[in-house]
Parts: sequence; structure tokens; C-alpha cells
Amino acid sequence: MSIFVDETNRVVVQGITGRDGSFHTRQMMAYGTQVVAGVTPGKGGRDFDGPNGTTVPVYDTVAEAVAETGADASVVYVPPAFAASAIMEAADAGVGFIVCVTEGIPVLDMTRAHALARDRGSRVLGPNCPGIICPGKTTLGIIPGRMVTPGPVGLISRSGTLTYEAVYHLTRGGLGQTTCVGIGGDPLIGTSFVDCLEAFAGDPDTEAVVMIGEIGGTAEQEAAAWVAANLDVPVVGFIAGRTAPPGKRMGHAGAIISGSAGTAAEKTRAFEENGIRVAQRPVEIAGLVAESLR
Amino acid sequence: MNLHEYQAKELFRAAGMAVNPGQVAADAGRARELAERYGGSAVVKAQVHSGGRGKAGGVRLARTPDEAAAHATAILGMEINGLVVEQVLVCPLEDIASEAYVGVLVDREGQCPVFMVSAEGGVDIEEVAATNPEAIHRMRVDPRYGLLPHQAYGLAAKLYEDPGLVRQAARIIAGLYDVFMANGASMAEINPLISTAEGRVVAIDAKMSIDDNELFRRREVAAMRDTASEASADTRAREAGLSFVKLDGNVGCCVNGAGLAMATMDLVKYYGGEPANFLDIGGSSNPDKVVAALRIITSDPGVKVILFNIFGGITRCDDVALGIVEAVRRIGIEVPLVIRLTGTNEELAREILAEAGLAAVASMDEVVERAVRLAG
Repeated sequence: MSIFVDETNRVVVQGITGRDGSFHTRQMMAYGTQVVAGVTPGKGGRDFDGPNGTTVPVYDTVAEAVAETGADASVVYVPPAFAASAIMEAADAGVGFIVCVTEGIPVLDMTRAHALARDRGSRVLGPNCPGIICPGKTTLGIIPGRMVTPGPVGLISRSGTLTYEAVYHLTRGGLGQTTCVGIGGDPLIGTSFVDCLEAFAGDPDTEAVVMIGEIGGTAEQEAAAWVAANLDVPVVGFIAGRTAPPGKRMGHAGAIISGSAGTAAEKTRAFEENGIRVAQRPVEIAGLVAESLR
Repeated sequence: MNLHEYQAKELFRAAGMAVNPGQVAADAGRARELAERYGGSAVVKAQVHSGGRGKAGGVRLARTPDEAAAHATAILGMEINGLVVEQVLVCPLEDIASEAYVGVLVDREGQCPVFMVSAEGGVDIEEVAATNPEAIHRMRVDPRYGLLPHQAYGLAAKLYEDPGLVRQAARIIAGLYDVFMANGASMAEINPLISTAEGRVVAIDAKMSIDDNELFRRREVAAMRDTASEASADTRAREAGLSFVKLDGNVGCCVNGAGLAMATMDLVKYYGGEPANFLDIGGSSNPDKVVAALRIITSDPGVKVILFNIFGGITRCDDVALGIVEAVRRIGIEVPLVIRLTGTNEELAREILAEAGLAAVASMDEVVERAVRLAG
């Protein structure tokens, strides 16, 4: 099984006519994702050209797209100034699962978007995330499909390229994945490590979980405590940013050590104290997973 | 982006908050003049984006205008945590009866602004949090309703007993929330907020950070950036759209993606080396970006080797390879270049590099080990 989404989800792409939106929509469709609608305000009524002669209807609003096509999930590729509004529009239209790829959204905008999504019962993945891929079934976001293969490992990560690095070694080592989830590098994200762990715990096909964390915040510590109390399958961890100096934002808006809190050492300790084996190098992740599955 | 104390105080004043007066001086003569205006005695404070100004000797009390001038001379040009002081803020002395702390920042867990107040101000709040956590009161604010009057009053009542002081503090707390939201801040802090012997509540220090993601729509705030006080490499990186953090080592790093960039630095350390920088070139494979990145890295005389670690997911390796070749052609690079490219169009990328006499490896460990060895 996969978590959060599968091949039955009907996806609306917000910002489908943009440079990133159009490119990744075609990639998603080529992988098998059911993209049923696109939204770009002012471009409603057109058709978007998908791969192999397919087309996708474009609407002015998400509400129209949902009414016409029954879309139940969305992917947001809208520029930062408008992305929080796009998330709120999707939640208001009743879309239950909203992936936001956009990086650089003002944090105070996201306080309102997350509050509204919670009120409407929508799950937001991200923002500033690569999305989610269920190997062989569907992909929402920008994770390249060729890198993954179906199998027993669930993967959760705050980073995009580090996810690719880890998945690449897993796949080469014959360890396929149930679902790979990029939860995002922003300080305020809609889906946490714990949310993903809860979902993986309910999936009988997931036999091991990989958690890729980084400096900043306490999400890894909370996840480690949750694992110890609730999860029966083995977990392998990796923390990026051991050499990061305090007080400096390391690319991701959320990757910053504030004072003495949020260090890699603190997170590594929390993992180890709760029975999570920690890889020292990305290349070790696959080996530790293989060992834990033996 | 951090604001200087005097800039944050200007925003506070504009919001009607009680802030002690003060003006900036860039030379001793101006500092003397200001001290005279304030009645002779004054406090002279370094304006620099660094904590621990007081400990570094960047905050001094003057009893006479001459003393204020002497302090300004001592502080101007002083280096605090590697940053040179270009300006001082000269303020009149206040008759301090008590010192409190008031701050607002974004709470990751609650996904909303959160206030922190403490009657124990004037000291490092992290230290209070560690030694006496009960002394800090926290309150989350629902951004949809804003800070309600009774909430501001409730916070103020944690600081003072006298109703007059509570009312004054509540006005300052409400003002701080407005300034925080109106300027797209990620943090705004008054430490200390003082009560005076004659019963006034006044902010005598101010600290504010603006969310970089807000700057595109807040030109007046963006204009407050003090480029003179930041390293030129930081300015160039920002202008080129690169995420860059200078470190002290000799292995220059150029990576796509923030997580992979951090992991690359960690691996340099793992193999016994020291990274010279964090640098995320992002998903773009624009040759100009690669050129800008290489210019910034090579401007650091400590760099002995430059390491590229590219995992092509969305990024195409051949595009990055073209960027590297172009960059090497445009700016002569005198230190060795070691390259790792894996993923999309990897083979094509190798051919492009080979034609230019450059080689690439496929594994992250291999390239890092080699870089550390070459750095000596």
C-alpha cells in the first residue's frame, strides 16, 4: 500500500500553464498520475497539452475544476507571492490533499493558510517540498519517477536532493519503496514526520522507514519519541547539518540552529535514544535498512 | 534579514510605542553633540548585527559629552564577531527601576506567532529559559484574529503589578505585534523593557529580523539592508540568487539542494577536511549561476580545492556540466576542481566535461574523499 495518495486520486494542478507547472505536469502524467484538471486564473477554457496527445482542461478556479472533474488532490506550482492563496483556495474548494512545491512563501502567509486548511480538514504537504511518490502508482510533485521502485521501505525527508541520494542507493540495493514523502524545508509545514509515521504504521506493506532530517526545530525529536512509543517496524535515520554554524540559515528557511536548539547532535541523540539507527553518511542508509530487514 | 537597533526603534516609534530617544552617529563629534543635547550623559551603543555587544565592549555609559565622544571613537571601527562597527546609537540615560523581556516570533509547532514575556529582562533570554523556565510566559496568537486587547493586557500583567504600568506595557505589546505583522518579521524583541523611577514603561533596546521571503513586497523594509556591514561575498551571493554561508575551512563546496549541500559539508568533515562554505546553486543549471558561485568561492583565498556535488533529479547534469565548462573558461580557476555528477543525463555530462579536460566521478564519498586529500 501507499500512504496519503494512490493511483485512484484525481489531481488538479494549480499553476499548470507556468514553466515549472507545465513541465512537471507532463512528467506526472507520463508516470501515470491522473491529472484531471489545471487551474490558472484568466486562462480557463483552454486545454493543456499532456504527453502522447492527451489534453487536460484548464479552469479559472479550483472550485470549478473540482465541480467539473471531481478532483480530490492538488499540486501547487504557483509563485511565492500567490502560493498561500492557492493553498487556501484548494482547501476552500474541498480538496483533501494539497501538495505545495513552491519555495519562498512568506512564513506569516503560511500561518493563515495552515489554519484555514486545518479548519477545512485538508492535509497540506509542504510547502517547499518535492512532493510524494508512490512507486508504480502515482506521483504528485517533482520527484523523478525513474529513481524509485516498488518495495517495502517508507521514506520521509525534509530535503529534496538528499531524498534522491537516499532513494538512489535504496533502489540500487534492491530495496523498493511503498511511498517517498518530501515534507518540506520550511519552518511551517502541513505534514510532519509524525503524521507520516502514523500513516506508515497503518500500512502493512511498509516494513521499514527511513527518516531524513536536518538542523532546525524539534520535529525529529518528536518523531523519535513517537517511534519509540508506537512503531513496530525498524527506522533508520540521517541528519544533515552537523557542520552548520548556529544562527545561519542553511538554504532551507527552516534549517537554522536558534541559540542552542535544533542542532544535529541533539537530533542524532534523540534518534539513537529511541532505537533509531543513524547513518553517518547518506551512502550508509541503504545498508542499515537492509540489515534491519534481515 | 536583521535590522539594526536604531532601525527597529524607528518602526516602533512610528507605531506609537514608548521608545527612549536616540540618534545614530558615525563619528565622535556627532556623538558629543548628541550627548550634549541629552543633558551631558548618554549611552553609546554599537550598531552591528551581532549579539553580545555589551560583553564585547560595544555598549558604554558616558557621563559627559567628551566621554561620549571618546566611547564613540573606541567603538567605531571595533570588530564584534567579525563585523566592523560603522555606526553608534547615542541615547539619553533612563532611570531604570525594573527590567523585563518582551518578544514575539513564529512558533513552528503552533504554526502561529507566539509571545514570550518575562519579568526577568535585561539578561540573555536563552539563559533564563535554561535556568528558570517558569519565569517565561508564552502565549500563542491566532493570526486570523490578531492579538486581542485582553491578551495584550494579560501578558503585560505578567510583568507588572501596578495597573498604570500594566496599561503602558499592554500598549507596547500591542504595538509590537502590529510592527511584527506589518513588516513581515520573523522575530521582534524588546530586551529590556524598563519601568522608570517616575513610573514610565519604555523600550530601551530593540531587535528585529525580517523574513527574507517578505522582502519582495516590502521595499521600504528591504531598503533598510545595511550592505556595508555584511561580507561582500554574502551580498554577491544574494544578488545572484544563491544560498551561501561562509565557513572557515579550505574545501569549497558547490551543491544542488540545501539538504545535499549540508550533507556534503558533513561528509567533508567526516573524511577529515573542513568545508569553506555552504552553497546551494538550486535547481537551476543556468551557467551564469555556476559562474557566480565559482567567483564567490574562489574569492576566498583559503580555498584549496573546489568540490561539485550534483544529483540530477530535476536538474540536468549536462546543463550543469555546460555551466562548469563555461565558468572555467570565463574565470581562470587556479585550484583543483573535483566533480561528482549523478542522475539525469549523467553520461552526456561526462562527455561535455571530458572535452574540456575535466573528469567526473559518480559517488559522493569518492569526490569528497578526493577533495579532502587535495586540500591537504
